[in-house]
Amino acid sequence: MHKNLKIILWIAVALMGAFALAGIALNRGESINALWLITAAVCIYAIAYRFYAAWIAAKVLVLDETRATPAERLDNGRDFIPTNKWIVFGHHFAAIAGPGPLIGPTLAAQFGYLPGTLWILIGAVLGGAVQDMVMLFVSTRRNGRSLGQMARDEIGVIGGTAALIGTFLIMIILIAVLGLVVVNAMKHSPWATSTVAATIPIAMIVGFYMRNVRPGRVLEASAIGVVLLLLSVFAGGWIDHHETLRTWFDHDGLPLAYAIIVYGFAAAVLPVWLLLAPRDYLSTFMKLGTILLLTVAIVILRPEIHMPAVTQFIDGSGPIFGGKLFPFVFITIACGAISGFHALIASGTTPKLLMNERDIRMIGYGGMLLESFVAIMAMIAATVLEPGVFFAINSPAGVVGKEAVDAIAKINSWGFAVTVEQMQQLASDMGESTLFARTGGAPSLAVGMASIFGSAFGKSMLALWYHFAIMFEAIFILTTLDAGTRVGRFMLQDMLGNFNKKLGETSYMPSVIFTSSIVVAGWGYFLYIGVIDPNGGVNILWPLFGIANQMLAAIALCVGTGILVKSGKLKYAWVTGLPLAWLIAVTTTAAYQKIFSTDVRIGFFAAADDMATKLASGVLSAEKAAVAPQLIFNQHLDAYLTLFFVVVLWVVIIDMLRLCARYLAGRPVPKLSEVPHEPSRLVENWVRD
Amino acid sequence: MLKKIKHLWHMLRQLSGDDAYEQYLKHHAEFHQSTVDAPAALTRKEFYKLWQDNKWKGINRCC
Repeated sequence: MHKNLKIILWIAVALMGAFALAGIALNRGESINALWLITAAVCIYAIAYRFYAAWIAAKVLVLDETRATPAERLDNGRDFIPTNKWIVFGHHFAAIAGPGPLIGPTLAAQFGYLPGTLWILIGAVLGGAVQDMVMLFVSTRRNGRSLGQMARDEIGVIGGTAALIGTFLIMIILIAVLGLVVVNAMKHSPWATSTVAATIPIAMIVGFYMRNVRPGRVLEASAIGVVLLLLSVFAGGWIDHHETLRTWFDHDGLPLAYAIIVYGFAAAVLPVWLLLAPRDYLSTFMKLGTILLLTVAIVILRPEIHMPAVTQFIDGSGPIFGGKLFPFVFITIACGAISGFHALIASGTTPKLLMNERDIRMIGYGGMLLESFVAIMAMIAATVLEPGVFFAINSPAGVVGKEAVDAIAKINSWGFAVTVEQMQQLASDMGESTLFARTGGAPSLAVGMASIFGSAFGKSMLALWYHFAIMFEAIFILTTLDAGTRVGRFMLQDMLGNFNKKLGETSYMPSVIFTSSIVVAGWGYFLYIGVIDPNGGVNILWPLFGIANQMLAAIALCVGTGILVKSGKLKYAWVTGLPLAWLIAVTTTAAYQKIFSTDVRIGFFAAADDMATKLASGVLSAEKAAVAPQLIFNQHLDAYLTLFFVVVLWVVIIDMLRLCARYLAGRPVPKLSEVPHEPSRLVENWVRD
Repeated sequence: MLKKIKHLWHMLRQLSGDDAYEQYLKHHAEFHQSTVDAPAALTRKEFYKLWQDNKWKGINRCC
């Protein structure tokens, strides 16, 4: 009876999920309720977790709960610590969920809500969650080795080196694009700028408290910090209304970009306790709190989605970024569906905390499902806006024109209703001077969140909610920026250490300054170009980041597939092989189009040639002509970078296929580097008690 | 009810690293105290600095 009840329950979940999904996909009415998306998502996650993940755990990976994990065997009370699974889940989720799943879906909403939503759901269930779980498993069986080390041990030196260089370059592009998102949110907004600026001294106060006043009292210090952050949102509003003070924080994009570059350098060089660590505590609390608040608000409010299911921009003419639905929706939404970056977290930090192998399913697979759910929330927040408003905020001036009237006329010509007055009203409600051409996704997400929060918890405070949302996005974008610059510095020091021992020492000051400068110069360059680009820069940088991130995911899946084949599990290799094949198709097509397309909005070379022709014939305005040579150079650089990514990817794939072929032909291959089985004492104790 | 709140508080402390020093002392007592030339346990401040530096050496934040 009990068993039958369970079967009936799961059939009900399956039917409800199918019904909700059909409702979303087949809806052609005016609007659809956000609850449909949430229902479909939750049912799909539940079924995938209960059946697919359980099957992978039992049959493919064969998790062994009697086997001692590295945390148990190597327990040192510092990085290897057997930890309760909920705590590990919390750490893992806080590490993987950054700004990516919020920004990607917002940008991809230009295709309508349907394509992005489907990819977030299907991609996570069959791709992202599988990747995270498999990576966590193979790393746990190898004492928490990193992706790069595993690629070298299991596939070969070429694969390992490719993974290392790939990781470094992704970091550079990621930081640049995130920096650009923050700059675009702060441009000529004294409120946003002053609030974001205030997060720096607040983090320092918290850091000082945790280091000197009450060492290690993380919760106390964070509570103080969160209160100060909320106050800074109010204070920002006050500054915005103060005639002289507001001019101190009212800046163009370029000075703001320079400020972020200086800040990034400082954060990489300063001791972690002062800035990086306290900022991270604050951003983690803000992030989890705000996501929870957004979920509650959406469930209470059940907002209507106004974006059509599919827009005309699937043909590649989209204003936010150029390119057809395939492959660009799959590039734009990386985190939230499948993200190679997660493989770096799932190998390395998390496996050192696992108490038991059976937790791998919940932490690896479950963690990614939760991140995917965050992406669905972001999609809802972007699509509850009137489409006209959404496009007015997100379309760069280079596409719709600099003047409000031109932009509105252009957006109206696409069939989306919006007026200049409406945009002005919205901007003044949000406490901003203008919301036109605020590219990057953060402002439109903030407007979406503010309207949801405003409707759920009181409309009078829209401007506060808007700037709260901006602060919330900025604080963890800046955390990723700090942490990324620092990690980039360590990686570079590690690489240079092979040539010069002194340069490899992480505490040797000249090396610290030298390597930090290189990393900061790397992303600073892309940030600078992004800011001076009249098309907003995001349209170039985000696809580049997406291609790089999916390439890293493909490398991780290559490692996973290679290990499955070498473990004699060829018949299950499709579990990682299928998402791998899809990613190869997506990244290779996207890279091909970015390099060879003759459409100036897609192809890098086409855009460079077009600009060179215009520059030569003198049709560009003086302002544009001044930056044109730099933009042309950058388009060429981006093209070669894309080419490099795709070559690296294919090198790893061919290396992996060669390895599998050798193994299947019975020829020698690098041995599995799995640590031999050792019985877990924790389980025994637990059983005995 | 009170037990549940206590449990939640305990989880929160563990999640944020608020109790990291206590965990370290426990580990130290368990594994290092038995040997004759065991090193003395670090002070709260020393431990905290080491713990934090260690935490930020690798990739632990993502996109």
